Amino acid sequence: MDKYLQVFLIGIQNTLVYRVNFLFRAAVALIPLTGTLYLWKAVYAGKAEGSDVAGYALSQMISYYLLTTVVDAFTAVAEDDWQIAADIKDGHISQFLIRPINYLGYRFSLYLSGRSIYTVVALLPVGLFVFYLREHFVWPASPVAAAAFVVSVFCAGLLQFLIACTMALLAFWVVDVSTFIFIQFAFEYIASGHLFPIDILPRWAAQILMLTPYPYLLYFPAGVYLGRVTGPDLWRGLSIQMAWVIGGFLLLRWVWSRGIRRYSAVGG
Amino acid sequence: MNDPLPPLQPAWRRYPALYAALWRNSVTREMQFKANFLLWIVVEALWFALQLGFMSVVYGHTESIAGWNRWQVILLVGCSHLIQQVFTAFFLTNISDLSEHIRTGRLDFMLLLPVNTRFLISFRKVDLGAFVNAASALAVVIWALRHLGHTPGALEVVAFLGLCVAGLIIHYSLMFLLSSAAFWIVRAQGVVWGYYNLFNIARIPESAVPQGLFRRVFTLVLPMLLVSNVPAQTLLGTLRSPWHPLLLLGLSVVCFAVSEWVWRQSLRRYSSASA
Repeated sequence: MDKYLQVFLIGIQNTLVYRVNFLFRAAVALIPLTGTLYLWKAVYAGKAEGSDVAGYALSQMISYYLLTTVVDAFTAVAEDDWQIAADIKDGHISQFLIRPINYLGYRFSLYLSGRSIYTVVALLPVGLFVFYLREHFVWPASPVAAAAFVVSVFCAGLLQFLIACTMALLAFWVVDVSTFIFIQFAFEYIASGHLFPIDILPRWAAQILMLTPYPYLLYFPAGVYLGRVTGPDLWRGLSIQMAWVIGGFLLLRWVWSRGIRRYSAVGG
Repeated sequence: MNDPLPPLQPAWRRYPALYAALWRNSVTREMQFKANFLLWIVVEALWFALQLGFMSVVYGHTESIAGWNRWQVILLVGCSHLIQQVFTAFFLTNISDLSEHIRTGRLDFMLLLPVNTRFLISFRKVDLGAFVNAASALAVVIWALRHLGHTPGALEVVAFLGLCVAGLIIHYSLMFLLSSAAFWIVRAQGVVWGYYNLFNIARIPESAVPQGLFRRVFTLVLPMLLVSNVPAQTLLGTLRSPWHPLLLLGLSVVCFAVSEWVWRQSLRRYSSASA
């Protein structure tokens, strides 16, 4: 355990180098977000006073996007998948295979350190942005919702890492994983609720998307916070989310053990 | 003894010949990785479908957004994608490679060649797949026009194409400007990422953005709110002010001039990275 702590601490120092980069990233990402929020404001302005979109009042819609931004800052993978794919392609993982350290555990420690720094840095621009829109920002629906939100964000982070890592391990089989990562990312963009809350879709479409793990990355945590998922649905949702985490973990282990058997250390 | 160097051909003959050679190289390079070539077309098409899907979902809940109906917005998204894909075809990888040229020291070599360095950097490769995506964007624009039952006149079409070129110049100049910043912060990896985020707002109807700082900045300084909106409105015949096309044309000249100035300043400060 101690060695992973050391990796985490080294990761913190390495990512601190990129703090300006992170600040730039977090600030620039607010530009398209502002655009989307103006678009939604215009939608609501065109409707009768007090009417909603699929059960979202304007302030709930705005809060939804702000929440996904916050959850995204906490959980999104930054460069991890590209780095893992590059490690495999360039043969760098060889050095991990002969050392008493688990490569996936090593990557997870780095992911945690990257997220810790990013969240702290992003706090400033995102915090100012939320403050600017404070009249539209709602507080957690209840203490239970707040607690469940924290748990689901944590699980979302695990799931995010597992998905990114599994995709990156495709590098064992194909030379260029970037197209696969981008296609997966496009799907994630819509199914996780990044583009819009998925329950504004027709009911059947939303139900299909709910069968995938993606809504548990952003849409579900945000829904918990806003009090749109309560009672038995909340516990059921959390259970499904945890099941996806366990399933994702098993899948990752399986893909890893298959990949490592194929691995021929090109350039290593 | 020493053969004198052959005299250089005049620029108007040299540059087209050079560009033709660069095209030949690009075609050869792309055809080496056919599967990858096709997959990139799929990736871009998927993101385009996503943007159209988003607007369709929003219009599932409303009739009009800031005065734009469903098909007008689809035309706007198509127009934005068209300009972006033509930009991708000619410039995107070339400009994003700039920081790599600096980091590896290849820029030194390019500076020594008897050719305008900016020309060489900007036109080195051609992304053929992007032409396919540009064609699909154009098809969406035409499809939207048919749904609207609107047939633009010849003058409108010419003006539309001219304004698209102005938009293209703005995309090019701003991206080049972002990349020239790589001279100060070597390894500006975020350049492409920043570009996509900035131009993301080009596909929202400009009338949805209220008066204020955001609108002013993205109209007059970084004119993302004009690049696709003005050509789209020209085609639709819904221009709110005759000043907007002139503003777009003027800003394309200004953006280009500023990017050239920054580029020259950057070169003056350049002191090679690796050698």
